[in-house]
Amino acid sequence: MSPKRWVWGLAAASLLATAQVAWGVDPTQLSDPRLQARYESLTHELRCMQCQNESLADSPVDLAADLRHEVRDMLLAGKSDDEVRAWMAARYGDFILFRPRYSLRNAWLWGAPAALLLVGALVAWRVVRQRSALLAADPEPLEGDGQP
Amino acid sequence: MLPELGHFALILALLLAALQAFFGVAGAARGNERWMAAVTTAVAGQAVMVATAVACLMASFVGNDFSVAYVAENSNSALPLFYRVAALWGAHEGSLLLWIFLLAMWTVAVAFGARRLPPRLSARVLGVLGLVSFGFLLFTLATSNPFLRLDPAAADGRDLNPILQDPGLAVHPPILYTGYVGFSVAFAFACAAMLEGRLDQNWARWTRPWTVTAWSFLTCGIALGSFWAYYELGWGGFWFWDPVENASFMPWLVGTALIHSLAVTDKRGLFKSWTLLLAILAFSLSLLGTFLVRSGVLVSVHSFAADPQRGIFILAFLIIMIGGALGLYAWRAPQLRSNAGFELGARESFLLFNNILLVIAAGTVFAGTLAPLIADALKLGALSVGPPYFNPTFLMSVLPLLALLSLGIHANWKRGRLQDKQRTLLYTLIAAAVLACGLAFGLYGRGRLLTAVGATLGVWIILASLVDPVDRWRRGLSLSRGVVGMTVAHVGLGLAVIALTTVQSFTVERDVALSPGASVAAAGYEFRFQGVRAVEGPNYSAIAATVVVTHHGAAVAVLQPQKRQYWVQRQVTSETAIRMYRGDNILLALGEDLGAGRWSVRVQIRPLVSLVWLAAFIMACGGALAASDRRYRAAKAAVPVAQGAVTEPGA
Amino acid sequence: MSRFLLPLGVFLLLAVVLGIGIWHAPEKGVVTSPLLGKPAPQFSLPDLNQPTHQVRSVDLKGRWYLFNVWGTWCVECRAEHDMLLRVQRAGLVPLIGLDWKDDASQARAWLTQLGNPYQAVAVDTSGRVAIDWGVYGAPETFLVNPRGIVVYKHVGALTDAVWSKEILPRVSAAPPGKS
Repeated sequence: MSPKRWVWGLAAASLLATAQVAWGVDPTQLSDPRLQARYESLTHELRCMQCQNESLADSPVDLAADLRHEVRDMLLAGKSDDEVRAWMAARYGDFILFRPRYSLRNAWLWGAPAALLLVGALVAWRVVRQRSALLAADPEPLEGDGQP
Repeated sequence: MLPELGHFALILALLLAALQAFFGVAGAARGNERWMAAVTTAVAGQAVMVATAVACLMASFVGNDFSVAYVAENSNSALPLFYRVAALWGAHEGSLLLWIFLLAMWTVAVAFGARRLPPRLSARVLGVLGLVSFGFLLFTLATSNPFLRLDPAAADGRDLNPILQDPGLAVHPPILYTGYVGFSVAFAFACAAMLEGRLDQNWARWTRPWTVTAWSFLTCGIALGSFWAYYELGWGGFWFWDPVENASFMPWLVGTALIHSLAVTDKRGLFKSWTLLLAILAFSLSLLGTFLVRSGVLVSVHSFAADPQRGIFILAFLIIMIGGALGLYAWRAPQLRSNAGFELGARESFLLFNNILLVIAAGTVFAGTLAPLIADALKLGALSVGPPYFNPTFLMSVLPLLALLSLGIHANWKRGRLQDKQRTLLYTLIAAAVLACGLAFGLYGRGRLLTAVGATLGVWIILASLVDPVDRWRRGLSLSRGVVGMTVAHVGLGLAVIALTTVQSFTVERDVALSPGASVAAAGYEFRFQGVRAVEGPNYSAIAATVVVTHHGAAVAVLQPQKRQYWVQRQVTSETAIRMYRGDNILLALGEDLGAGRWSVRVQIRPLVSLVWLAAFIMACGGALAASDRRYRAAKAAVPVAQGAVTEPGA
Repeated sequence: MSRFLLPLGVFLLLAVVLGIGIWHAPEKGVVTSPLLGKPAPQFSLPDLNQPTHQVRSVDLKGRWYLFNVWGTWCVECRAEHDMLLRVQRAGLVPLIGLDWKDDASQARAWLTQLGNPYQAVAVDTSGRVAIDWGVYGAPETFLVNPRGIVVYKHVGALTDAVWSKEILPRVSAAPPGKS
């Protein structure tokens, strides 16, 4: 069975299968360790388009190998990480990025944790204030000894 | 014959669930004692019917009855018996049946325990559980019947997915689902309290053991899933922030908040609305998780075969149950006020922060998981969210939580008196920092800021948790199971934090191309590749590599990673060789044939990763210990509590 | 009082979002192409049947064409082949093929044996051009207008339904030969 047919069968099967079946190893080594680090980080951040929730770094399919090759070539040509991401997204859409873009459109997503923390802090402050006030009216101390 | 019997049993179970719900809720509302008594009969009947259905399906699997479509889809005559049994819950229809079965078991357990409860409360609790059962049974019969026949019968089955042919399949879903389903008990208690219009400290005391037990099971279930993914997939990852994983993690986070909130309600009659809301939320997230993995709205590594029609059904079920519960909440919660007070440094404060931070953590996971859906609905374009989002945002709420934990444990109820504990806290913090950073940098010689922070917090939690219990033990004072359980669980958490920090900071991963005889070095180990050969298994053919592993010259192991092709489903899987050595986990995976005898190979050394799951197990044990505290097994309902009053009109 | 209604309100909003999610679920397997409405990627590749001749995107400007990505290793492509022959016989829109990561002699044998629906076939051995078009699984078919803009993309085998409901209406809307 030719590798291509295997890959296509895998892609078709992945639509039906309940779990990922095989992973890939990427022995690419760039001579500059900083480039290698950026290469590894980028290939882990980009999605394999033929798999379900796998990164380029971990995918065994041909397309992933081709895209990893592109990343390598772009890094060697001196492109920045953002340029690599933009290149990929221009062809495959934002879906290929595991890290959502830092854009106004995604502000709700990236801002959600901070917003929630703010709301949480406000709620905490209000409740503690309210209950401290109620405590002032209650003279009896309760000595807890750590009983949960 | 048997499948039809099973099908019929399910239909009967549906009717009995309806009766259970009706007699429970209506009986309590009208005070009709005969109706309320009938509830337990309905519970028993439903349990018997569900068990019968499961037995029939099990028999079809064991007997290789390929005229049943579900069996034909998921089994095979060459499949070992062990897996033929476990295959029952290997796919959508069967896993639903497992849900229903576990719900029936929980209901029976609650019915036994409910003998100590006031009859109206117990009737309502069982009634609500009946409603949940009814919904799931209806869903199963209408859209996901496991007993459908194939005509003509298949000659042989399509075989169980090779990924699932692992002992993990036998334990992970049942234990995970036990946890999931267990939160429906807390939900039922919450609904019962809301229907009754009363929520007091007795209620909290009755609800706690059920909730903590469910939480323990869920902790085990999630840990098992992670462990299984690690060993079965073998690519070194144990948590992928995959939607299905998140679907179990969100209820866990909220469930943790719930068990702590219940403690406050039990002890001081406070946080009643919080507790109610958390109980509803925990169960909602369980249901939502079910929805997400079966409706096709999200792309995931392990969603079941997507079917929008099922999605619509579950959504309707969600709206009715959760919408109903939240409506009840909006009606009743304003009436549940108490006048108890506490100060900033009190235990209640810390538990409040704990609640808030855990809910925020669940909220961020929620946002990331549903982001593709939300972006699509609001026409914000295609979006994809992965670890680069989840990791930093999760830490934002969890790190403060871990820091506050050690302080909170030492705070007294009502008036914190933390000033008395200042020295203890300071000494334990310093000891933790020294120990953690010393070990981390001493053993590995490198690390990030997060390494120091994480390790220190983990050790601090352990030390802070142990101070008081050890002191009491040395003085010969008694320690209730509740306190011991709490301590064990917190120590488990500290260990988990240490383990996670270590794995994230000090994992070494190398992808290399090796010819026979060549070797690669990583983290003090050397891996010598000896070549490959062909092997045959019971239902697969494989290529096995031989790699000799040494550590600073000393022999460690000979590892044999494989690439297998299963005959029936023709899937190719990688079998990673995994070995533990002195706290390190060594993983070796075979990649591709690069020609001329060269193969690509992935080598990973993951220190302390096994501690992650061990720690989770310890947490679950702590929970189980706490749930078995004598207070909860008191014979009859305690006297009504004066403090933290009942319904107070207005506020 | 109103803050106790908040959870219910948030939940109902969520239910709406989930509902929309289900409504769109059938399309979930398909990723929307970012190329829609943008100029088709430029390419210049050897012709399958005349290796010395180049198939170039610049030569294709000025009329509608269907850009079909296929390979002999692709099972679905075999299934759609008859439909492609019918499209060719209809004579309304020419088919330009992209032979993706394939063996050229096998491809030629395939077309000889099954019939050649393409006006020209470009050979993409490295896969680079396919990547430029955002191809992630054969077969994929793009509809390009006379101005060189990609107006529609279909992932999977081309069917009668897609031809009559998506491609024909777009082609017929503009008068033939208009730029």
